[in-house]
This record gives sequence, C-alpha cells and structure tokens, in this order.
Amino acid sequence: MKSLVSAFAPVVTVVIALMTIWYMAAVWLNADWAYDRAGRAGVTLSFSELVSDTWAQEKPKLPAPHQVVEEIWKTTVQKSITSKRSLIYHSWVTLSATLLGFGLGTALGIGLAIGIVYNRVMDMSVMPWAIVSQTIPIIAIAPMIIVVLYSIGVQGMLPKAIISAYLSFFPVVVGMVKGLRSPDAMQLDLLRTYSANKSQSFWKLRLPASVPYLFASLKIGVAASLVGAIVGELPTGAVRGLGARLLAGSYYGQTIQIWSALFAAAILAAGLVALIGLLERVTLRRMGERP
Amino acid sequence: MIYVVGALILWGLGWMLNARLANGPRANTRAVQIAVPVIFGATILLIWELIVRGLSVPLVILPPPSMIATTFANSLPILWADFVQTFVKGALSGFVIGGVAAFLLAIVVDRYDFLRRGLLPVGNFMAALPIVGTAPILVMWFGFDWQSKAAVVVVMVFFPILVNTVAGLRDTSDIQRDLMRTYGASYGQTLFKLRLPAAMPFIFNGLKIATTLALVGAIVAEFFGSPTRGMGFRISTSVGQLALDMVWAEIVVAALAGSFFYGAIALCEKGVTFWHPSQRS
Repeated sequence: MKSLVSAFAPVVTVVIALMTIWYMAAVWLNADWAYDRAGRAGVTLSFSELVSDTWAQEKPKLPAPHQVVEEIWKTTVQKSITSKRSLIYHSWVTLSATLLGFGLGTALGIGLAIGIVYNRVMDMSVMPWAIVSQTIPIIAIAPMIIVVLYSIGVQGMLPKAIISAYLSFFPVVVGMVKGLRSPDAMQLDLLRTYSANKSQSFWKLRLPASVPYLFASLKIGVAASLVGAIVGELPTGAVRGLGARLLAGSYYGQTIQIWSALFAAAILAAGLVALIGLLERVTLRRMGERP
Repeated sequence: MIYVVGALILWGLGWMLNARLANGPRANTRAVQIAVPVIFGATILLIWELIVRGLSVPLVILPPPSMIATTFANSLPILWADFVQTFVKGALSGFVIGGVAAFLLAIVVDRYDFLRRGLLPVGNFMAALPIVGTAPILVMWFGFDWQSKAAVVVVMVFFPILVNTVAGLRDTSDIQRDLMRTYGASYGQTLFKLRLPAAMPFIFNGLKIATTLALVGAIVAEFFGSPTRGMGFRISTSVGQLALDMVWAEIVVAALAGSFFYGAIALCEKGVTFWHPSQRS
C-alpha cells in the first residue's frame, strides 16, 4: 500500500500541476477576446468575471479542461453511436482502419523478416533499404496514396489502412530480424547436435526467442499505425474519422472540437499500446518467463 | 508488352547477380555489401520504368522515374525554396529548440527524484501519443508561417529526447559514482565528467528518433495551413492538381533530407561516443 502511494503521489502531483498551468494558460490566452467583448459592451471586467468568462468561451484559443471533458461527454455518452456527431463513431472509423492496416503491416513485416533471416541475398539487398526507410518521413506519401487509390476507384477504409500498414511495416521488420537473430551460436549449436532441421529450429528456437522483440516493435508499430490513419484522413477532406474532426475543427475554429478529437486519439493510442503491453505480459508468462 | 518481358528478365538478372555476389567468396567485403543493395535499388527503378511504359500506366497513378528525375532537375529553385521553408526554418529550428528544452528539463528532472518519478511516466505516455494531432491547434496559435511548424516540431521531439536523456543520466553504476565521491567531486563535476558522457549514447538515440519526427511534424503541420511554399504545401497542392511527378520529386527531397539529417546526427554520435562498444568494431 505504501509503495503504491509513493509510486502514484509524484505522478498525481505532476498531473495536478499540469492542469493548473493549463487553467492559467486558458485565462491568459483567452483574456484578449474577453476584454474585447467587454470593451464593446461597455463594461469593465473584474478579475473573477474575467476568469469565469475565459473558462467558458464558445471558441476559445485554449479551451479549459472541463470544457473538453464536457464536449467529450456530450459527444460520446449523450449521442447515439450512429450519429455523425458522435465521437465514438468517428473513433471507430479511424480505429478500424488502424487495426486493419496494423494487422496487414505486421503480417507482411514478419514475413519479410523471416525471408531476410533465411535468405542471404534478401538480407543483403533489402535490409539496408529497410533501415534507410526508417529515416524517411514516410507520411509525406500519404496524400498521394489516398488520391491515387481514389482515382482507380478504391476509397473508404482501405487507403488509410494501407498507409497504416506501411508505417507499422518497417518497425516490425527491423525488430523481428533482430529478434529472429537473437539466439546465440551456442543455442543454435545445441539444436544442431539434436540434428534439428531448419523448420524445427525456427519453431522451437528462433520464433520463441523473437517474441519479446516482436512486442517491442508492435508497440511502436501500433502507435505509428494510428498516426497514419489520422494523417490519411487529412488530404482528401474526409468527413468521417478523427483526422476529419481535426481538419473540420481547424477550418471552422471549433477549438473544443479539435481538443476533444485529440483526446479521443490519445485515449485510443494509450489503449492500443496498453492492450499490446497486456498481451505481451500474458504471452511471456505463458512462455515461462519468470519475473 | 516487350517492356514487361524486359522487366521480368531484368528482375531475374539482377537477382542472379546479387545471389552470386552474396553467396560468393567476397560477400563480406565492404564493396560487395554496398554493391548488393545498390544493384537491388537500381533494378527496382528500372523495372518501375519499364512496367510503367510497357503497360502505359496513366501519369496520374504512377509516373516513371525518368520523368520524376526530369521534374526534379527542372524545378530545383522551387524545391530549394520548399526545402528551406520546411526543413531549415520549420524542422531544424524546432528540433534545436525542442532538443535544448528537453535536455535542460531532463537535467532538472534527474536532480529531483520526486520530479523524475512524476514526470517520467507522463513523458513516456506522451511519447506514445499521436502528437501530430496538435498541429491544427498550434497552427491556429502561431499563424501559418514557419513558427507554427517549428512549434509542432518542438512538441514532437520533446518527449523522446526527454525520456532518453533521463534514462541515460541514470546509466552509471554505483561503483562509478562512488569513485567520483572518493575524489570529492561536486554535483557539477560528477555531471560533466561522468554522467553526461555516460548518457551520450542514450541522448543520441533520442536525437535519432527525433530526426524523423521533426520532418514528419513539419510536413504534416503544413497540411493545416501554410504560406505558398513548403514541402507539405507543395505535396498537398500538387496532389490536388494530379501533378504526381512533382509530388514524387518532393518525396525525393524529403527522403534525402531525412537521410542526411539522420546521417549527420549519426556522424556526431560517432565522434562523441567513440568509446562505446557499439561504435568499436
């Protein structure tokens, strides 16, 4: 119990400090508009009036946290999930593309990694490019993929999923190659003394040894997938999805809408990473890992 | 049709050549290790060219590499202006500001254990979030010009560098710190002579992650509004005009900028952390 308190107390303090800074920043950033309006109405604002006004504007520069929470509450719990204004609906549009792309990218990435580990030619020709591609802002091709696929009649979830797949693909390849190569010479030699063939040494040694590496890159990959799906919604002016909410919010100055979409994206990302962390712990425990 | 057959033959030839090189006696020499990926890349480009010509793929779907190269060569002034706007003004300044801020905060966080235990979980959490999403907000606050792009980059690079620097500053063993204590070294001396040098591999790891993020941030932020130049602006408007050769030329610029940026950081790393096992071989 005591260790739990000592673990959470600093985090809670920091979060409270951040909230305080946020509220004060809201007063500071929104004060201009409040003074402007008061000046035109011919009234002078007392300090408490100023504060209450800056925390309750309709299109503030920086919405106060409770406004964002209220908006999220209104657009999730109080709207039916089929409504065009429901945040759950938009989150699902983005999440489904993310998951499809993440699944595709992971499967292809594992496949290529196996090819690289077992085929020397592939290793030497493809691996340098896979590493270089990590330094390239791949997201730059997102708009093009969307438009090209649109022009050949593919639209909706698939183009976004392809961008997601592309972004999660390379971390998985690099991590899996490292993982499949992680058994050392002694372990490989042991299997040779058992006269294990290639597939046995793959299923019984290399694949199990790669699991921790796989999960580490899956966490990176799933976060990248979500970013890919959100960015994939930007260039075509999509009307559905979290990226579309961000874009529409920025066109019409609906800051509260932007912030609530941002929080929804953050919750999704945190949830996905936590889910993979949970899977990791369960899998590793079943494989016999001792803490 | 003859082009497509040519492409297939070329693929076979390139693969055979690489197979011979990779399985040959000189496979471990540096020349072969560079030649194999280069041959692979060149084969892909040639096949791309032949297939696009052979099947007469419309230009709005995939322009051939030769056309991209021509566009690249013909629009160097535009590409250079976009590069300066997005990379030098947006990404680089944001990278420097964010990096310095994260580094200084990391030293403060490391000094006070309470802060470390409070900020580090929050920082780790933030590092996994889709921070590009803050782009529309920052564009609204800082206007359309490069300042808002730099702000997005600052937010994006901040947390990876912070988390890595804090982790690095803790990467000294008790024996090493005790040795400094027996020398009667002050906090500052221990920091500069032992802990910062020991943290360098971690810091550079954070910086390398941040190079890609910086470019991504600067480009994506331009999708939310920008002056009439910049790589993200050019990409989104050229896509709108279906001028895909221009889009690809801009992607080449982004790829070159990203690789050189990463390479420059890796080179600095080599100079600074020459003592680290991963740099010796």
